[in-house]
Amino acid sequence: MTKAEAPDRLHRRPLSRIVLPYAMLSPAVLVTLAIVFFPMVQAVWMSLHDYVLFRPNAFDFVGLKNFRAALNDEVFWISLRHTVIWMAATIPAQLLLGLVTALLLNQPFPWRPLARALIIIPWALPSVVIALMWVWIYDSNYGIANELLLRVGLIQRAIPWLANPDTALAAIILTLTWQGFPFFAVMILAGLQSIPRSYYEAASIDGASPWRQFWHITLPGVSGVIVTAVLLRTIWVANSFDVIFVMTGGGPGYATHTLPLYAFIKARTNLDFGYGSAIATLFTLMLMVIVLLYLRRTGKAVQ
Amino acid sequence: MALHKRSTLRRILIVDLPMLVILTFTLGPYLWMLITSISQESTLFTEGPSIWNATIENYTRLFATVGFAGNMLDSLIVALGTVAVGLSLSVTAAYAFSRFNFRGKRFLMVQFLLINMFPLVLLILPLFVLMRVLGLLDTHIALIIANSTVAIPFSVWMMVSYMNGIPRSLDEAAMTDGCTRMQALRRVILPLCMPGIIATGIYIFITSWNEYLYALTLGGRNVRTITVAVQTLIGEYEVQWGLLTAGGIVGALPATVLFLLVQKRLISGLTQGAVKG
Repeated sequence: MTKAEAPDRLHRRPLSRIVLPYAMLSPAVLVTLAIVFFPMVQAVWMSLHDYVLFRPNAFDFVGLKNFRAALNDEVFWISLRHTVIWMAATIPAQLLLGLVTALLLNQPFPWRPLARALIIIPWALPSVVIALMWVWIYDSNYGIANELLLRVGLIQRAIPWLANPDTALAAIILTLTWQGFPFFAVMILAGLQSIPRSYYEAASIDGASPWRQFWHITLPGVSGVIVTAVLLRTIWVANSFDVIFVMTGGGPGYATHTLPLYAFIKARTNLDFGYGSAIATLFTLMLMVIVLLYLRRTGKAVQ
Repeated sequence: MALHKRSTLRRILIVDLPMLVILTFTLGPYLWMLITSISQESTLFTEGPSIWNATIENYTRLFATVGFAGNMLDSLIVALGTVAVGLSLSVTAAYAFSRFNFRGKRFLMVQFLLINMFPLVLLILPLFVLMRVLGLLDTHIALIIANSTVAIPFSVWMMVSYMNGIPRSLDEAAMTDGCTRMQALRRVILPLCMPGIIATGIYIFITSWNEYLYALTLGGRNVRTITVAVQTLIGEYEVQWGLLTAGGIVGALPATVLFLLVQKRLISGLTQGAVKG
């Protein structure tokens, strides 16, 4: 290397180091811009227009008309109420069942590896198959749910679980709980295994009861994982409506309508993309607010 | 000895039994579907599903008359295409996140996390319009693009977590030996995180295979994936539960088997960030 080259190289290297990460990131960033952010902006744009598909020439700017219409739409409020009930029931149920499962899986027993592998099966199943499976279970004439309950004597007559407006939402909540609790179980189990064993040894030397150990060691130890898992699940549960769509299509009547489902149905059956986008946008905004509030509260609590 | 026996009994009562109850709840529906699918359609409603007189009649009918093989091929093309797109875009991005400090890093990382939060329903409508304008409706490409909206951010996150587990000193050693950055990535880092790449790829495959709403909205006629085909069965064959459940089993099988194969690696990848962070 000659002396003249040395300062030149020194100068060039930082520049390439500055450019390289951006060059490596650009394919992924550009593609997400094109297929996620551009469509999202387009959705918001569509929500400000009268846009009924197959009337493509009538793309009139109407400002907030679709949003005003949504707030005066009875079905919108019904769907919002169902969304709140559905999420407020499903996520705690999944969390509780997942926590119990994780605590059990954290105990030594001979067939633990097998149990751990099998518990996650619902997670791997396509939502359509889950929906189909549970429609068959709830079948009013031949479903196993009715048969079991009749045999045990809990009910006197077969109940058409999904066709009855009073039970349809509860039936779907059970299905979604079943689908999602393995995720909590697996996440919390990982958290449990990161708690040092010595904490428990010290606690039992001090004479702490199992309940106190659970309360003062286990729960704080997994609280970080629980916060993350609840956050992820909230977003996933909120965004997934495919199981409901296949199981009941939102019916009977509006008994199982949720907001994302309502937006989808509006666009799919009425082909009203403007209105559908407006509902989807409103729903996204609400979800964002909830997520931000949750992060702010629990972020402090965990620290 | 007596004490030992007592504790075994205790364990069975407070661990094994509850676990068995939970597993029954977890697997029961799936087994019920499996049993239904091997029951004879003719006796299903008189005697109920049973494993005696098991038959594969429903399965042969599925492939012979409903054409499930074609649906599986469509699903396979879409899922493999999404895996290719997701992995090829995310590996370099993950390397950049894992190895460099640069302006805007946090912002871009958060951006990839945020994408996972946007409701699918918000994307379906504009993607439908976009595909229609581009003339891509009902093609494999449309579904691959749509599934990539989920696959890319997810695989960036997974790959970053795997690459962070590989010591930086290894790339530095390679570069001291005369490799360029890209050579170090290709020759040293990629082989080392191959297990992570495979796990991520399999997870993308599973989610694309299982995906339904995009497949229904952007495809459905020429390109009909297995999930749409299963759903269509419900409409067309109202009461043929033997056939329906066979469709469900076939549709769920590839993803379930793959999931069981890689579950350990996958779960450690998914939980790492959460447990440490």
